[in-house]
Amino acid sequence: MSVLPYLVAVWLLLIGIVGIVTSRHLVHLVLCLSVAQSSTYVLFLAIGYRPGGTAPIFADIPAGTPVVDPVVQALTLTDVVVEATVTAVLLALTVQVAKRFGTVDPNELGAMRG
Amino acid sequence: MSGRARLAMVALAGVALAVVLVVAVIDLPRPDAPPPRSAKLSTSVALHERHVTNIVAGITFDLRGLDTLGEELILFAAAVGVSVLLRAQREDSTMQDAADAAEQRRAQVPASARALGAALAGPIIVFGAYIVAHGQLTPGGGFQGGVILAAALLLVYVAGQVLALPTDSPVDLVEVTEALAAAAYGLVAVGGLIFASAAMTNFVALGVTGHLLSGGTILILEVAVGIEVASALTLILAELLDQALLRST
Repeated sequence: MSVLPYLVAVWLLLIGIVGIVTSRHLVHLVLCLSVAQSSTYVLFLAIGYRPGGTAPIFADIPAGTPVVDPVVQALTLTDVVVEATVTAVLLALTVQVAKRFGTVDPNELGAMRG
Repeated sequence: MSGRARLAMVALAGVALAVVLVVAVIDLPRPDAPPPRSAKLSTSVALHERHVTNIVAGITFDLRGLDTLGEELILFAAAVGVSVLLRAQREDSTMQDAADAAEQRRAQVPASARALGAALAGPIIVFGAYIVAHGQLTPGGGFQGGVILAAALLLVYVAGQVLALPTDSPVDLVEVTEALAAAAYGLVAVGGLIFASAAMTNFVALGVTGHLLSGGTILILEVAVGIEVASALTLILAELLDQALLRST
């Protein structure tokens, strides 16, 4: 049972990669990349989980209360921000691709043009 | 390469990757294993040495403060990159057409949507500022609050107003704000070098744990990141929304 979150992370990564490879639309491809990257959120949070632990916020709980691992949560925060920026730049590139080549199907973008 | 050959290669590599990953995660520490020392030490440092009750904020802006500086610069670079990519092919005449189209579109927006957007924009800005300012105490902080602040822009857009198109000045202002916020983070990092022992070291009063003005430089960094995230997202959203308007002409 306790290995299930890790397997979910593996599944998200693999299904995201499958989506990227079989994608027929660049926006769909970018979203599949987001799915693949979300596997790292699940992985981080699963590693940091403690049974009975609460959120690592000591505003209203006494020091020493068992909490989940805050280090991996901070890593996840960084991960989310980077993922959002990557998505923004890739979507901007998609807009330019659509303008310049008139198509957003990756299969039709294979040949390089000068 | 043909589509079928590519799929066959991916299937082969995917199965291999799946096997490797499953073998790798089987050995990862389970939840009932004793927590790593880093978890306890980081909690102790954030709570007792930095006077913050939100341990995640303590780690993000103290133990991993330099990482967060890099993260913020990534965000800055992404906002600049999106601007450069999307402004490259823009001309003044098409901009004017797009602005006119936006004016016409405003008339088509239902009055209820405009009223809702206008009514919610103010409370959302207040809520975003609250989340930014309380990042050292409760869940939230600069990144989360900044996104909420940027959401106010989307509400204004829903209400049928156009921020960026008619004149360039609001976007210029956003760019300057973004650059200043990014620079503020760097200055706090350098301030630790000048006033304390090393970069990112705290050099202002820590305050009382649990009070609003606590955490020393963490609160300053939260505010800087909040402004940076809000302006970077505003810039990215404005550029992408401009594209939608340009396309509709």
